[in-house]
Amino acid sequence: MIDLSINFGGIKSPNPFWLASAPPTNSGYQVMKAFEAGWGGAVWKTLGVPVVNVSSRYGAVNYRNTRMMGFNNIELITDRPLADNLREIEEVKKYFPDHAIIASLMVESRAEWEQIIKDVENAGADGIELNFGCPHGMCERGMGSAVGQEPEVLKTIVEWVKEAANIPVITKLSPNISHITDPGLAAVQGGTDSISLINTIKSIVGIDLDSYAPYPIVDGKGSNGGYCGPAVKPIAMHMLKDLAQHPEISKVPISGIGGIETWRDVVEFILLGATSVQVCTAVMHYGFGIVREMEAGLRQFMEEKNYNTIYDFAGKALPNVTEWKHLNLKHKVVAEINPDKCIGCELCYISCDDGAHQAIALSDDITNRIPSIIEENCVGCNLCSLVCPVEDCITMVQKDDGTEHITWNERTLNDDIPTTFDDDRAGGKGHFVPKPTDALKS
Amino acid sequence: MAEYKRPTTEAAFKQNFKQKKPLMNDTEAYYEASRCLFCYDAPCIQACPTHIDIPLFIKQIHTDNVTGASKTIFDSNWLGNACGVVCPTDVLCEGACVYNHQDVPPIQIGRLQNFATNKTIDAEKDIFKVGNSNGKRIAVIGSGPAGIACACEARTLGYEVDIFEAKELPSGLNVHGVAPYKITNEEALKEIDYLQKQLGFTIKYNSAITSKEQIQKLENDYDAIFLGVGLGKTATLNLEGEDKKGVIGAVEFIEELRMKHHQLKVPKRVVVIGGGNTAMDAASESARMGARKTVLAYRNSKDNMGAYGFEYDLAISAGVDSLFNVTPIAIVGNGTVEGVKFAKTEMVEGTLKTNMNNVFIVRCDLVIKATGQAKQGSLYDLIDNLDAGTNAILNVNAETFQTSNPQYFAGGDAINGGSEVVNAAYDGKMAAQGIHQWLTK
Repeated sequence: MIDLSINFGGIKSPNPFWLASAPPTNSGYQVMKAFEAGWGGAVWKTLGVPVVNVSSRYGAVNYRNTRMMGFNNIELITDRPLADNLREIEEVKKYFPDHAIIASLMVESRAEWEQIIKDVENAGADGIELNFGCPHGMCERGMGSAVGQEPEVLKTIVEWVKEAANIPVITKLSPNISHITDPGLAAVQGGTDSISLINTIKSIVGIDLDSYAPYPIVDGKGSNGGYCGPAVKPIAMHMLKDLAQHPEISKVPISGIGGIETWRDVVEFILLGATSVQVCTAVMHYGFGIVREMEAGLRQFMEEKNYNTIYDFAGKALPNVTEWKHLNLKHKVVAEINPDKCIGCELCYISCDDGAHQAIALSDDITNRIPSIIEENCVGCNLCSLVCPVEDCITMVQKDDGTEHITWNERTLNDDIPTTFDDDRAGGKGHFVPKPTDALKS
Repeated sequence: MAEYKRPTTEAAFKQNFKQKKPLMNDTEAYYEASRCLFCYDAPCIQACPTHIDIPLFIKQIHTDNVTGASKTIFDSNWLGNACGVVCPTDVLCEGACVYNHQDVPPIQIGRLQNFATNKTIDAEKDIFKVGNSNGKRIAVIGSGPAGIACACEARTLGYEVDIFEAKELPSGLNVHGVAPYKITNEEALKEIDYLQKQLGFTIKYNSAITSKEQIQKLENDYDAIFLGVGLGKTATLNLEGEDKKGVIGAVEFIEELRMKHHQLKVPKRVVVIGGGNTAMDAASESARMGARKTVLAYRNSKDNMGAYGFEYDLAISAGVDSLFNVTPIAIVGNGTVEGVKFAKTEMVEGTLKTNMNNVFIVRCDLVIKATGQAKQGSLYDLIDNLDAGTNAILNVNAETFQTSNPQYFAGGDAINGGSEVVNAAYDGKMAAQGIHQWLTK
């Protein structure tokens, strides 16, 4: 019997699908609609000091036929009166007592923090999320990512909040930093109950070629925005992994954020240690209804793998994410082209010849467009299989027998650090490198 | 079985002859362009007789460089706009698209090509450069695709070019002979106008070359002469009763249709004789003009038809019936056509034999002969030392398109006996380069 409910650092929710603090959680209307649609929790759009917003707020990166694979915004925290937000939180909680409402907060002074915590607790919020991530506008006023980038300041504020709060506290981290573990550790040391990440990444999504201004354009000018959407998922997952593998930080639960749109994204984040996920861009693109696909897919995955709760597989990929020096240098894969599936686009050939290791040859017979692998030159880089437009046409086949195992780390320990270029797979040894002038022949 | 009502207005005509490859909108073009794989050594380029860099222009469409896409297209094919819609892309570029091997619909290359060039033409973008004048002059006979292509290319090389056109309108078959559901007159003429405005060749209309004196004058006034004269009228079948009223050649029928549209009256019952693409066009057009019954009659089997399969399918889908292995032996009627007398044929030891014991009449009011066009032999007779073979198809050098008389070059249907617009466009372009090579030697 699959049970999707979670207890995330003291915050209970019927499922791990939460809306991130963002435009979709700007009002009680939206949050109620989301809960109706199947979302388990919502992090309310950040409450805090009064702000004013600009008109023209979002920009996007489209790729090929995909709209909004990257997205950025220069919108600030809520511009609706605090009293309205508090009243609506209370109202939503009345209708959905078992769903999670987390109040995202961003203020400056200790007194302000104490006051606003009291306000949201009185409104019935189940938890608090500290917005230390917003990378535009608010940081210019010393809040948001300005805090997230200063671990000491962050820690101090977490301490203030923990002292004042009676409900669980999530600290939301900014990715605009060299080592995510620095603010992560500071948050844990400050006593946070849990962490969420990532907030948006500082970005410029494009320049208008007539006005020479960055998108979104506000009267001829633009500002760096916060980048999110599917494009940031790999960055988010890497940072999640860094926190989830950290001995101290991993003691608190982590809510994963960053480009999550499908059940597969959800499962991947959970496998890297997240025990709740937060979504914004996908909802801004498709509406609350996409949660149906996420939930159905997650259930299907759990059913097929025989998991009852998400805790049964949370973090299961972490042991396999290691440092480069621990990878087996004896492992060897070589590309194999299935001629029955090949459609003859020759992208594998040209990508390998121009972009990799010159390990694919064309047939001498010009009517035969099926390329072949030059096995001695194939380093097993995967590029051909990645560019091939046909599913399962190019596969990477293991060539070693699996009995040998040596890592860089082991070689270092054995004092076996190469002093000459002795890699069998490298240019010139077990591998043919064309002469520079061969490039001019064709 | 009639699928179409007789069109009595221009609007109804347009409805019956709806464009087979309608103009794409921006979104459609963007999404379609995004599907292109950008194949290495792309098979579509090889399949295009003019070798347009198709993956490049598709990428340019997708990256919103439509003008650049048009440059890429026109750089290889001066009739790039028309070819986008009139080319048999199913058997050329789109037929070669690798997606066909994956049972995925091929990229709609023709429509994308037409989309880009159409936009550029409508915006009147200047994208061509006339070459510095070299003081030399070229006469082009015929303003069809071959002649226009030759003129355009020659202008970029610095030649003065005068085109002599027998008819009132330029662009040859694009206006007079291609099925109206493939291209409209407006679209065909728009492209010529666009090319002419930028490249500045002149077209002398109603200027058929029919006399030795004219030929001599051309030879004196011009350094080189390009023959882009296409083919002539429909050839005669030498049938009993062929001179009856109501017997017409397919080329003449289509030309009249292209000029008169809904004002052309097509009677109730039509027989089209032939198995080539022109026969398919004529049959399809007759059905779309509201003929109750259109019968396509071909002397051999379906598999032996010269027409592309998709052209046959198109005719059938318009409601055309077909008869195979029948050969006409007489046109019957009293002054006016009342029917065609056919005899059955059969293949006996590799030869098609007519069985005069199996004869029947198909009643009809109009007979369209789509059995091939006569060659422009009488013109060729006026030119000294012009090798027009035994069948009046001009022999040219395969690379320079120079004829046996060095002052003359030729291309298009005149050298291939009747092929596609795209072949003519290629020939004309290459012939201009051949002329340049010869004159600068």
